Amino acid sequence: MKFAVKAWNSSGKARSGILQLGNCPGPIETPALLLSTRKGLPHFISPDLLPSLPSPDSHLLQVSPLHFSEGLYPKTISSLGGLNQMLGLPDYAFAAVARDSIQSLPEYNSTNKIGASFETRCGRLLIKPVDYVEMISCMRPNIWATLADEVPAWVSEKRNKTSVDRTVRWLDECIALNSAGGAVIGSIVGGSNVEERERCAQEVSQRSVSGYLIGGFGLGESMEERPALLNAVTDILQEEKPRFVCGLGLPEEVLQGVAAGIDLFDSEYVYHLTLGGIALTFPPGGVEISGSEFHPGYMGSEQTKINLKATIYRKDTSPIVKNCGCYTCQNHTKAYINHLLNVHEMLAQILLEIHNTHHYLQFFRSIREAIKAGEFEKFRQRFIERRRECDDHPDVAAAAVCA
Amino acid sequence: MALRFEILGRFNRARAANLVLPHHVCQTPLFMPVGTQGTIKGLTTNQLEEIGCQIILGNTYHLALRPTSELIDELGGLHKFMNWPRALLTDSGGFQMVSLLHLADITEKGVTFQSPVDGKPMFLTPEESIQIQNRIGADIIMALDDVVKTTITGPRIEEAMYRTLRWIDRCIAAHKRPNEQNLFGIVQGGLDPVLRDICVRGLVDRNLPGYAIGGLAGGEDKDSFWRVVAQCTAALPEDKPRYVMGVGYPLDIVVCSALGADMYDCVYPTRTARFGTALVPEGVLRLKNKVMADDTRPIDPTCDCMVCKNYSRAYIHCLVTVDAMGSQLVSYHNLYYMMKLSRDLHSSIIQGKFPEFVCKFLQRMFPEGDVPEWVCNAMEVAGIDISSCCAPFVSSQG
Ligand SMILES: [Zn+2]
Ligand SMILES: [Zn+2]
Repeated sequence: MKFAVKAWNSSGKARSGILQLGNCPGPIETPALLLSTRKGLPHFISPDLLPSLPSPDSHLLQVSPLHFSEGLYPKTISSLGGLNQMLGLPDYAFAAVARDSIQSLPEYNSTNKIGASFETRCGRLLIKPVDYVEMISCMRPNIWATLADEVPAWVSEKRNKTSVDRTVRWLDECIALNSAGGAVIGSIVGGSNVEERERCAQEVSQRSVSGYLIGGFGLGESMEERPALLNAVTDILQEEKPRFVCGLGLPEEVLQGVAAGIDLFDSEYVYHLTLGGIALTFPPGGVEISGSEFHPGYMGSEQTKINLKATIYRKDTSPIVKNCGCYTCQNHTKAYINHLLNVHEMLAQILLEIHNTHHYLQFFRSIREAIKAGEFEKFRQRFIERRRECDDHPDVAAAAVCA
Repeated sequence: MALRFEILGRFNRARAANLVLPHHVCQTPLFMPVGTQGTIKGLTTNQLEEIGCQIILGNTYHLALRPTSELIDELGGLHKFMNWPRALLTDSGGFQMVSLLHLADITEKGVTFQSPVDGKPMFLTPEESIQIQNRIGADIIMALDDVVKTTITGPRIEEAMYRTLRWIDRCIAAHKRPNEQNLFGIVQGGLDPVLRDICVRGLVDRNLPGYAIGGLAGGEDKDSFWRVVAQCTAALPEDKPRYVMGVGYPLDIVVCSALGADMYDCVYPTRTARFGTALVPEGVLRLKNKVMADDTRPIDPTCDCMVCKNYSRAYIHCLVTVDAMGSQLVSYHNLYYMMKLSRDLHSSIIQGKFPEFVCKFLQRMFPEGDVPEWVCNAMEVAGIDISSCCAPFVSSQG
């Protein structure tokens, strides 16, 4: 893995960079979105449909090694040649992170000094660093985050301190055990305590790691306290290494992360929208920002997202987003997706995951362009203002919320 | 009539043809996957084209409930609604009602049943079935027939057969788009050769674009099954397509094709995929089985599909029955397998190598030479010599 920051936002910390991963068809520009997967493949997008997404933007996949506890031994994955080979995706890059918010949830109460506990479909699993590194060495992801003790925002100071101590200790153990290669991403925790966040960032940045995973977000902290926590961490981290955050999903949260100097984000937000029958419709390029990214199709679109189960789409023969280049919008109408959702057909999720992923990748592209144009702050402000206007619009709120 | 049936090759009773429909030129013999609610579960329409699907089946009963035939009509028909450029077939809706609902009552006027939506009694007549199918707009539509279980015996079978014949005239009279949609009649008559014969002759008199053999694949013994097919195909006109309804096991398709049938439909390949079962030349592969957990081979090493080219049984083992992707991938393979089987039947008949194909097929499915007796009997009637694969110690030459 190679990473280089190419552009800095003039006033803030937002940055745009280039991430090179051996097998990707080209360098991936950051800030970037990692596609959420289940056992290495997107939840509903089969591998033959994956190339319809923008490339190389879509070539970064996030995988939780714990998903494979459901029926596949690490040794088998190894004999199948690791993730790339097993998944038939030789020109995609995999980033392994133990935790996700869908199927591998950190279970801090059961985590102890021996290992981290997760709630999975196979029940509660206690994963020791040695087991985890064994999984990683069998799967051979391009980058992997060290095991962390992630705790929610409401735990005691003592428990929060313990989580930092453990996470740093496990980092050392993971590095010592790492025999498989792959770039090691050091996990940083510290909950909602700025001092603990700083302490953890200090410790991790002194280790031999290729990048950082800022964990412990999306676990009950408020959006208001987040910038201080993120900045406390990113102020300490070496600038030339990529920073990956898990648990920030909404566009506003992503912008918050970018503003604090984060480079990589997970896409579980897209998964949750897709399951709910929701399609993203906001203009990914905002308004009046960088003319090239302005899509006329978004003119007059007042909604940030729409619930396709709503009866108003029953006869709507237009695509989700006019002029959207994704497979779904090129081939299907809102009326058809509305029908598929009504009759609980899996194709609804397939089509929605394609559109939502495509749409969110476009949003990240716009963010990068704004940073490169030195207009990130303006972009962010306008984006948030516009989203607020939209969501205050009573009709829109009604259409977007009815679930 | 809105179709042409051009026979390109024959081997005894078996035939390979171009079935020219308004939306697609299909090659027979062919298998039609079932897309009950306007989608084949878990596959996109461009994947279906890639797999080689030529015609897919929609269920009138389900589509009439949601999104309703009126809406489909208003939005330009089912082809446009689901964005499927190739051919479509809809059933009459009658079978679904009888099989899904206990409280169906069939009288001369039509079928009465309880709506699963609000419990109110609903009524489907031959006229209504055709009207709904005219709105949906498939290339082939099916007459409403009086469906009885094949395992039933007695006067009910005879009643149903005569009613089916009376209803066909009402269907023909109600059909408003004969130049765009082809109405197929359905041969009924249970397992009784006399009744089947009366029904075939009655339907042939109506000079329909195509004929279906109904009332099979419902639990009757295999010997009765193939004999009915053989009798009907022999009596139906040469120049019209013959569709055996509800048949989808690869072995049944091979036997029926040898007997001169052209079209098949079944939920089996996609339904069984969702339970983790893959179709392979040897029969079936149960991917949920623990022995698959470290099997690094593809589902079928001889298959060229996207799934077999990329994935191991072990990986699919950990997906099936728990992740959507499991049923997506196995459905893809199973339909690919069915389409490949259809293509192989078509091309082997044209190339004059049909018996060789049948023997190879049987050898892989019954490597011990234990070909079921009903298959041997059917093949004898079909004039296909399969002695080379029936012997207990058979050489590997087909
Ligand atoms: Zn789209
Ligand atoms: Zn295959």
